[in-house]
Amino acid sequence: MPTSAARRTLHAPELPPSPFPYHPGSLLSINDLSLDALNHVLRRATELTNEDPLARARILPKRRVALLFYESSTRTRTSFELAAKALGCDTTLVSNLSSSIEKGESLKDTGLTIRALGAEAIILRHNASGAPWWLEACTHLPVLNAGDGMHEHPTQGLLDLRTILAHLRPGIAEVGPDTLAGVTVSITGDILHSRVARSNMLLLPRLGARVLLCGPKELLPDLAANVVPGVAIERNFESALKQSQVVMMLRIQAERLAGLQLDLEQYKAAYQLTGDRLRTLAPQAIVMHPGPIIRGLELTAGVADGPQSKILEQVANGVAIRMAVVERALTTSRTGDRA
Amino acid sequence: MSTLVIRNGHLIDPGAGVDAPKDILCKDNRVVEIAAPGKLKQLNGATDVQSIDAAGLIVAPGLIDIHVHLREPGQGYKETIATGTAAAAAGGFTAVAAMPNTTPVNDTADITRWMQSPERGAQVRVFPIAAATRGSKGETINDFAALKAAGAVAVTDDGHPILKDSIMRETLAAAARVGLSVIQHAEDTRLTQGASMNAGPVAFKLGLRGMPVEAESGIVERDIRLVTELRDARAHLHVAHTSTAAAIAAVRQARRNGLRVTCEVAPHHFLLTDEHVGCYNTHYKMNPPLRSAADRDAMIEAILDGVVDAIATDHAPHAAHEKEVEFERAPNGITGLETALGLCLRYLHGDLKMPLGRVLSLLSAQPAAVLGLKGRGSLAVGSCADAVIFDPKAEWTYRAAEGKSKSKNTPFDGWTMQGKVRWTVAEGRVAYTSLA
Ligand SMILES: [Zn+2]
Repeated sequence: MPTSAARRTLHAPELPPSPFPYHPGSLLSINDLSLDALNHVLRRATELTNEDPLARARILPKRRVALLFYESSTRTRTSFELAAKALGCDTTLVSNLSSSIEKGESLKDTGLTIRALGAEAIILRHNASGAPWWLEACTHLPVLNAGDGMHEHPTQGLLDLRTILAHLRPGIAEVGPDTLAGVTVSITGDILHSRVARSNMLLLPRLGARVLLCGPKELLPDLAANVVPGVAIERNFESALKQSQVVMMLRIQAERLAGLQLDLEQYKAAYQLTGDRLRTLAPQAIVMHPGPIIRGLELTAGVADGPQSKILEQVANGVAIRMAVVERALTTSRTGDRA
Repeated sequence: MSTLVIRNGHLIDPGAGVDAPKDILCKDNRVVEIAAPGKLKQLNGATDVQSIDAAGLIVAPGLIDIHVHLREPGQGYKETIATGTAAAAAGGFTAVAAMPNTTPVNDTADITRWMQSPERGAQVRVFPIAAATRGSKGETINDFAALKAAGAVAVTDDGHPILKDSIMRETLAAAARVGLSVIQHAEDTRLTQGASMNAGPVAFKLGLRGMPVEAESGIVERDIRLVTELRDARAHLHVAHTSTAAAIAAVRQARRNGLRVTCEVAPHHFLLTDEHVGCYNTHYKMNPPLRSAADRDAMIEAILDGVVDAIATDHAPHAAHEKEVEFERAPNGITGLETALGLCLRYLHGDLKMPLGRVLSLLSAQPAAVLGLKGRGSLAVGSCADAVIFDPKAEWTYRAAEGKSKSKNTPFDGWTMQGKVRWTVAEGRVAYTSLA
């Protein structure tokens, strides 16, 4: 039976304004960045990349950055570590294996301990969505979200944007609400479990891009289209390809499927990015993937190594972006001014 | 013999149909006389009379919360019967029905009696609700006659819904034979594995697994089918903490069909939505979860049109260290005893213009009727001397840190409340006063 709206309205208090981020240098969600902040990060990413390495290493000498990793990660962890070290920071890695976390220490206590050891910023990768919010609430340190559960991966969104701009808007000095007008970015695969998809869904429409989500219902529920404006669902992969200037492929996250039954052969038949599909449906598009890629599953080896693939460029852009956000974290004072 | 007189107050007793200035005389644990102000006859000659001046205040039957977790036995670090009932008294409640998900589970007459023993230091009456099945595992039905004889007022496996049709049918039938109600926490846990909030766009955006509304409504519909089959046995199903429009619709239809199906709604489910989860604040995590605005509006609608039988808080205290964790790892539940009246008066009466008598009925006469608590929920002569005396005009700010509950896990910290409890009289003695 359909319910009618309440006969009278209830005036419960409005949602209180979010206290997050407590520290203006934090990057918890891609939405923490205003357009100004976004432009600052993009500009610094380029400037820091072009900087002489020895001069760069004197930007944040001996500043202490902790990498707190509750999940295994190669590219994100290495990329953050190289970025912080390139600026002269001391970094230390705390992983859930080989630490007190294994003995049952809470995130709060681990965070407070790291702060007491002198860390000035924490880069957190965690398997629970929202963990960076809790860590920031406990420590009030700048926290950089390096991926939380199925939620967000803001630096991935930023490095993806830098990659897209390099190819579709080369030389652009500043981004704005219309920068990507007319550009369709398709994201195909396991959207449900993907923090990369969420950060891109939130970021790209703010710059005018249209985001098409593509995948089977099990991995892409209908309600995903209702989350933010500028995002639509296209179940037919070939139709999505035809409309795309950017083709973003995602990995099937076997570790998060939680009992979902998925026929991989059927999946490949419908959604695998093959050389044929790419040639005939999106010959001009760039192909992106956050990695790790599974060759022969979401895309073929030929596509991964082909001329349209920008996968390794994404990796390189990761270091550039992370230098910029680490610098931002350590040079933005509590009042929000950049030192 | 102790004598208590409540003078000059305005009595609202929806069960007895009274809404007028009255003086009330109580002897020991009974109301013995109600009269116009100054006209009590049986007071003459009584000595050692305790007198409460309720001028300018509302006097109503003590509130009854039929869904609380007092955590004893076994989890005294969260709450004890003494602290939980102190919180109840501060909130105007004179009786609470305590859920059996304790450690161990209350599935025996011994534990049921232990909970009611004077050594627990209860400030208000505790009515134990016993587990429906052994250890609340949903397999073997407990001895309901023995539990009832020990004082249990209903059976439930709250927190662990009874999923097997055959066990639920047997539970309803066996409970009906001894005249007990069956309370169901309606959640098809096969649909809620790993979920920590309501399923929907908000959960998707936050990257949290969601509990679909069908997980609740599916069990309610199944249970109503079983009650229909057991119509001749007069089985009574009470749906705990109803949170979805679909479940309410099923209850509404069952009532039209003349079945004994009742339901309760918690204040957070008619006030808050899943949007409040916001930045993963664990004080907005409970089960059933905060739902969509449409479901929230359906709760309001059902309260206004009378489908809802009771406001119950699902008072679920947890220690700070348990809630100070990642959202998905935090336990479900919030406290509610100290905020229910203030929220109901502010929003149901103040905002939604529900008559005061109806609001009070949802907090006293009706919950008493749901569980068949004789002599409770009314101040008619002969009833228990359970009363709440409050200033309906007083606005105040709730501060969890100053609360009586051992735990402070509430989303209502800092909220403005309407109606301040001045006295709570439980079984003839003052269990709480904010004047001292
Ligand atoms: Zn429950």
